[in-house]
Amino acid sequence: MTARDRMQVNDVVVVGVGGQGILLATDVIANVFIATGCDVKKSEVHGMAQRGGSVESHVRRRHGCVHSPLVSPGCADVLLSFERMEALRYANYVHSDGVVLYNTQKIPTLAIANGEVRYPSGIEQSLRKRCRTVLPVNAMDVAADLGNPRVANTVLLGALSHLTDIPAERWEEAIVDRVPRSAGEVNRRAFAAGAAVAKDLMAT
Amino acid sequence: MKYRLLTGNEAIASGAHNSGVKVVVGYPGTPSTEIIEHIRAERDSDIYAEWAPNEKVALEVAVGAALSGVRSMAAMKHVGVNVAADPLMTATYTGVRGGLVIVTADDPGMHSSQNEQDNRNYARFARVPMLEPSDSQECQDMMPQAFEISEKFDTPVFLRSTTRVSHSKSLVHPGESVPSDVAPGFDRNPQKLVMIPVHARGRHPQVQRRLQELRQFAEEAEDLNRIEWGSDQSVGIITGGIAYQYVREVCPEAAVLKLGLSYPLPLQMIGEFAAGVDELYVVEELDPFWEMEIRAAGFDVQGKERFPVVGELSPTLVRTGLQGTTDEPNSAPDSEEQLPVRPPILCPGCPHRGVFAVLSELGLVVKGDIGCYSLGVMPPLSAMDTLTCMGASMGQAMGMEKALGDRAPDSVAVIGDSTFMHSGMTALADIVYNNGHVTTIILDNDATAMTGHQAHPGSGLRARETGGRRVDFEQLVRGLGVQDVHRVDPYDLQQVKDAVQAALETDAASVIIAERPCVLLDRTPPEHHYSVGDDCTGCGLCLHLGCPALSYTDGGTVRIDPVLCTHCGLCAQACSFDAIERRSESQ
Repeated sequence: MTARDRMQVNDVVVVGVGGQGILLATDVIANVFIATGCDVKKSEVHGMAQRGGSVESHVRRRHGCVHSPLVSPGCADVLLSFERMEALRYANYVHSDGVVLYNTQKIPTLAIANGEVRYPSGIEQSLRKRCRTVLPVNAMDVAADLGNPRVANTVLLGALSHLTDIPAERWEEAIVDRVPRSAGEVNRRAFAAGAAVAKDLMAT
Repeated sequence: MKYRLLTGNEAIASGAHNSGVKVVVGYPGTPSTEIIEHIRAERDSDIYAEWAPNEKVALEVAVGAALSGVRSMAAMKHVGVNVAADPLMTATYTGVRGGLVIVTADDPGMHSSQNEQDNRNYARFARVPMLEPSDSQECQDMMPQAFEISEKFDTPVFLRSTTRVSHSKSLVHPGESVPSDVAPGFDRNPQKLVMIPVHARGRHPQVQRRLQELRQFAEEAEDLNRIEWGSDQSVGIITGGIAYQYVREVCPEAAVLKLGLSYPLPLQMIGEFAAGVDELYVVEELDPFWEMEIRAAGFDVQGKERFPVVGELSPTLVRTGLQGTTDEPNSAPDSEEQLPVRPPILCPGCPHRGVFAVLSELGLVVKGDIGCYSLGVMPPLSAMDTLTCMGASMGQAMGMEKALGDRAPDSVAVIGDSTFMHSGMTALADIVYNNGHVTTIILDNDATAMTGHQAHPGSGLRARETGGRRVDFEQLVRGLGVQDVHRVDPYDLQQVKDAVQAALETDAASVIIAERPCVLLDRTPPEHHYSVGDDCTGCGLCLHLGCPALSYTDGGTVRIDPVLCTHCGLCAQACSFDAIERRSESQ
């Protein structure tokens, strides 16, 4: 891990498709932020939107006091998207020096699955026009290589951890705390693999 | 002392606990549901917590407990208060004895609701004080205060949350236990508690006197209403709830009057504040509720000419409103406008899908209702024509039938099991008694599914927990006088279609009970597995089901996503070419 990859990450927006585990991921981020001695707020979405719809959750920290639980457009340090197209839908949250970190997995909408519209192409190029640092992570493949597709979210959190000035141990503790004991080891490996992917991407 | 990261709803539950609450009742509804869930999840608790069939019953149970001298809480979403408004408007006359707090969780922005009514209006309407927290700490700390006010002034008290308060997490310092000193027991007092006209006429003046006392209390309630003079008094902002957080975020220097007591307002304090600032603003989400009260009191104040009356506020909207500009920073790139929308959809294997597939195929007018199955309106099923409120489907079907007579289009009413229990039964009685021919489909998935599978009196869940008895839908509708009753499996398209067609032919009220547990509840391994064979022509018939597990391949045939598929078998039934192969799990 190189020091120049690290930044002070205070405002994170996590997006994806309802059912992908976004609330759990933002809980982990919030707990890591609390461990840094900061005030923390996060916002969640419950109810109808969770049924396969587009979902966003915000996490913020400050030394002192966080007022709004919402990140304002143009103010997020990192946008973490669990799905490719959703990264672009919410890209306006990130400031121009911020990072878009996204899972390259494509989840079709019903209209795409039915062949009525096409899954959009050129997502990465569109993101690069808006934002200096764009990190596409094939979290599904990384997780599959580890033998457990369900740890894709941990791969992404590992990648996120590499961007922050918060020690990796804090992230690992927060993740292991929220997964079944039997899944602790594979999540540790997924976390490390995600951090390594981010490091490689930042080097290129 | 350890801080905990809690949602507003968790903190309300914690505050109720700290208040020594004994009876907790509600009906699930986003964004209120988790309040009662958290109390029910507590082990070794001496709190009685139940899901009532609707909000009216919930409030009546809570009032009954309060009149018995214990602290009680009713929790519901904003539109639930409409259902509970009848007991509310007269419980204000009877008073309470033990503290009674009604939590209303409003949904500005309609994340999961059919409207965005501002329930502060109920406080004024019912002459009931309302507290409004702006973060989780306040959610917890205001609960004991609400109970104290309730007992001191002998009135129900509202605590109003909004989606952004209920579903935001922030750090909470554990509060102290502040129990009631009211002795449990029921005191007979018909003049106060039996609201026949002659008694009620005696109580209404007391309600008005109480309101005057509460106005005085509001002036002195420094732990609820406070002035933060800040370093810049050129602008003074009166705000509260989540809007307070946005104001503090956007203008940390400004003078702010934070209202923790939304109603009644501390008008003397507002006068003191107005005199100390150059320009006075009100920043409030939804209605100009405070603005109108403050204007009526003679103060020159700016509000809704700068801030929207629709939707949620945000730091950006507060900033642009105060600046008098509407510039959005970092506005969306061109490509975003072309992104396909991603609305919520019925889950793979959802038992509602089979019913809506049949209704869509038959082209019927569908009177809809509130629940997961409201998503039947979404394409490609597109099988819903009206949706208004809980329980409205059957009454609206009856109205169309009586209005149009022989010219009425073929139609059905669809209503979930929990919604039927909530407010469908009376409409069915109306149909039977007044000789309607409405066909009602009860979508019985054994739970209040949308909000997280809460129990209701028609589901087996609660009965198993409590030893209570489950209401049997067939016996119930037959008891109401329906003779044409069908029970179908919504995974069997032909069975559903036959039942619907038979019911439509019947010149009397018909009920079809489509029974299958929510796919998220039912963990039974599937009997058969399904896969697409070589005969797939790519005709797309199966895709009309709107199942997220089905999609076109690049080669123009259909594939089944093995991760998403629950092997419900609907696609195999929809296929005209027998191209979706079924094999037994044992093979």
